[in-house]
Amino acid sequence: MGTQSVKVVILKDGHVLSRAKAFSGFDPSKAAEDACGEALKKAKLTSSEVDHVTATGSGMEMATSSDSTISMMGADARAGVFLFPSARTIIDVGAEEARAVKCDDRGIMIDFVVNERCAAGAGAFIEAMARALEVKLEEMGPLSLKAERASPINASCVIFGESDVVTLIHRQESKPEIARAVFDAMADRVSSMLFRLGLTPDVALFGGAAKDVGFVASLKRKLGVDVFIPEQPEFAGALGAALVAASRVK
Amino acid sequence: MMKETPAKEDIEYWRWQEYHRVLADKSWKNKDVITAGVDVGSVGSKAAIMIDGDIYSWGVMRTGSNSPESATKALNWALEGTGLGVGDLKYIVGTGYGRVNVPMANKAITEIACHAKGANYIWGPKVRTVLDVGGQDIKAIRIDETGRVVSFLMNDKCAAGTGRGMEVFADLLKIPIEQIGEVSLKVAEEPEPVSCTCVAFAKTEAMGLLRKGWTKEKVLAAYTRAMAIRMANLINRVGLEKELVITGGQSKNMGIVTRIEENLSVKTLPSPDWRGNGLDPMVAGAIGAALLGRALYLKSQGS
Repeated sequence: MGTQSVKVVILKDGHVLSRAKAFSGFDPSKAAEDACGEALKKAKLTSSEVDHVTATGSGMEMATSSDSTISMMGADARAGVFLFPSARTIIDVGAEEARAVKCDDRGIMIDFVVNERCAAGAGAFIEAMARALEVKLEEMGPLSLKAERASPINASCVIFGESDVVTLIHRQESKPEIARAVFDAMADRVSSMLFRLGLTPDVALFGGAAKDVGFVASLKRKLGVDVFIPEQPEFAGALGAALVAASRVK
Repeated sequence: MMKETPAKEDIEYWRWQEYHRVLADKSWKNKDVITAGVDVGSVGSKAAIMIDGDIYSWGVMRTGSNSPESATKALNWALEGTGLGVGDLKYIVGTGYGRVNVPMANKAITEIACHAKGANYIWGPKVRTVLDVGGQDIKAIRIDETGRVVSFLMNDKCAAGTGRGMEVFADLLKIPIEQIGEVSLKVAEEPEPVSCTCVAFAKTEAMGLLRKGWTKEKVLAAYTRAMAIRMANLINRVGLEKELVITGGQSKNMGIVTRIEENLSVKTLPSPDWRGNGLDPMVAGAIGAALLGRALYLKSQGS
């Protein structure tokens, strides 16, 4: 139950049967129902055939049909080790929050840090900067890869950053260099957050931002280690919750 | 030509009034020292024309995406209907977020010095603390009786709690920006302030509260209160000394002003009636810039 979208994963005996996604909008409960309905349809199941539903995410209490809940960090840890058995640090960058979780070999959370109440280290930063640059969100990453250096922008705040981007555009700085600066800034925020947690390899990256090649490149450069990314990184939290649900079936 | 009323969805609730004013009871002569201040803020561009240190005209408009262009437009807006041209101006000072991008300026001066000087001009020598709240800045400034800066603090790390958040709320709640302060005061009881005033999260924050069944008024009150607390904290950190005044766009937001007063248990000096004949506290920076420009010009002339 993310701030921007609701993701659903249906799991049977440790195998993913189906996935579905819906925009949270004004009514996340309804979005959850819709996404669950779609996932059930894809899996050719009815809701009564599902043994246990576990909700996670910032809006988890709005998932009305769930049997239990798990913290976002708990879900990340579980999915991290399930997908990549050697992963010990899970970074999750969503629309409005970034977090990092340290876990053990069973996928149990040991420690975590979150970047909350500030959009500068979260996906919202990329979105705002894409708007200011007048490029599509999905073009930001490929664009940034064309840059050889980064233009300086204020990375501590989305709003300040936006003003800086507008100024740079009028100074005719190249868009790739500005885009690169945006991702470098994000990577800086995430790595300083990790600094508080300590970086234990291997590292996995989840959340919508993991789909962005620009952010991934900047983060790898900054951390100096390789980063595992699952095929559909925005569903990792839901997968973690499904794994927890499986363990809660009597 | 007929002016059509825009459809309800097309109304831009965040858009505040752009206007200019020439004080009709004043005139200028060739020997006068005429100076201008141009304050290019993140959201508003303001320009003031002063004759021998007295305000003559001013203009307030939205800052566009191009700072130099906004500066030129604001200055021309202030000059409109005065018979003056840019060539008549002895000295022009640029200030504000875009101060280095004021093409015609003789000098750029920080908005802190300019707001200090401008507040001293608008409210007189009793002012000791100035709170300037603009589109993305909050500054608490201590000044002396001549309007000189003694010390200051500002939100240098993030824009949380600044005017931009109010624009987001105006749009989302469909309340014109100029009424938003009054609406926020229409609550029987003050709600708890919101925990997060990040401008980028303003929309999610508001939607979450509306979903809980809160009224628009209550949502606004909770957000405005949180903003006011941030501002009051900044004032406390710089050290509050009476008299306190508020400049910048948010000085017009009664929801903010009232809550700062409550939080600090102190009354601010009331703003002039800017809709009538009074000066506009949003133009304080431009006024201060023009005054500082006059001093620089006189110095350059060796007087």
